[in-house]
Amino acid sequence: MAHIYDTIIIGGGPAGLSAGLYAARSKMDTLIIERAKFGGQATTTDELENYPGSIENCTGSSLSERMRKQAEQFGTKFAIDDIVDVELAGNIKTIKGKKETYEAKTIIICTGATPRLGGFRGETELRAKGISYCATCDADFFTDLDVAVIGGGDSAITEAIYLTKFAEHVTVIHRRDSLRAAKSLQEKAFANPKISFIWNSIPEEALGDEILEGLIIKNKLTGETSELKVDGCFVFVGYDPITQLFEGKLGLENGYIVTDEDMRTNVPGVFAAGDVRKKSLRQVITAAADGAIASTTAEHYIEENK
Amino acid sequence: MIELNKENFEAEVLSYTERPVLVDFWGDKCEICKQLMPGVHELEGKYGDKIKFSSLNTSGSRRLAISQKVLGLPTMIIYRNGEKASSITADKITSIDDIENFIKTYYETI
Repeated sequence: MAHIYDTIIIGGGPAGLSAGLYAARSKMDTLIIERAKFGGQATTTDELENYPGSIENCTGSSLSERMRKQAEQFGTKFAIDDIVDVELAGNIKTIKGKKETYEAKTIIICTGATPRLGGFRGETELRAKGISYCATCDADFFTDLDVAVIGGGDSAITEAIYLTKFAEHVTVIHRRDSLRAAKSLQEKAFANPKISFIWNSIPEEALGDEILEGLIIKNKLTGETSELKVDGCFVFVGYDPITQLFEGKLGLENGYIVTDEDMRTNVPGVFAAGDVRKKSLRQVITAAADGAIASTTAEHYIEENK
Repeated sequence: MIELNKENFEAEVLSYTERPVLVDFWGDKCEICKQLMPGVHELEGKYGDKIKFSSLNTSGSRRLAISQKVLGLPTMIIYRNGEKASSITADKITSIDDIENFIKTYYETI
């Protein structure tokens, strides 16, 4: 008979670590299962300027590591395992990993999201050969070289600015004629002499045999195509939720898990927090807030179902 | 695991012919690389009899990595007689199991 946890948190990013901290502090028997990398997407950003209190010496990975230690200090346990199936109905939930099977009274799903592909020819073939989705991981390769950034949201502009520390020049290619990113980021980007913009355009093809040599760019208004020589191309065109495990088992909308404001899903005892949830703002701060709420609701649920 | 650098890469990887060589390309700022590394060390215990395990910190050896057409992390390449025989890149790596499957598939052909 497996050990029955009060709560099992699937995913060790900011939502999961915050849920772990709150759960352990309310003396719940808590396990966080992560498949590879604690800290989630936060570890792929170097500059984390918008998490309150993170103004000095704060990178995505240093903040995540502090979150992990804090949860651990209060008694949260951790496991590395890749979950392949979940049984959500009933009072005891079962989670099957590649290594072990786990049981818990409640589950908090914090599986997050993963960068969306740009969807142009040659993109997957040249991935890790010039095409990247993680500036922190790969920026260094492009020191003194020319790179493109695809996208116009917060991630795209934050990373474009970060890339100017390495690259000779950064060209932002955006499908609209204005950016969606926060105004403060826009101001920084427009003032940066190393950044230029190509508006109303999308990449159509990545060129190069073994490594990326350039992009074919199509202007959406005129239909004209042109070639841009770049050594690197960073794609930030949005995210897809990681919810394949829950299809048909939980209420989803466009792949995201639907919850109420206390993080309850449509299955009793199952909660969701962070980027995986249907909501309007996906940030470290909102993920952490979700995690705190989810644990508190899970605790109440256990009390009521004793 | 042998730590590779600009000086020994040629001898330890490209001119080495006794066994296939796995190179784990990682970097100072690649968190997933660092979190996967203890797992790669464990895999050496399982597959190290037929495959030589090594790692290259690309943060100090950017040009060397690019010469091997590595421009994204993590990347693992298995070399045989100095030639690339098999590789796996970031998009195919979500957990250590993916790396084990990659190594195992090649290991079984040796």
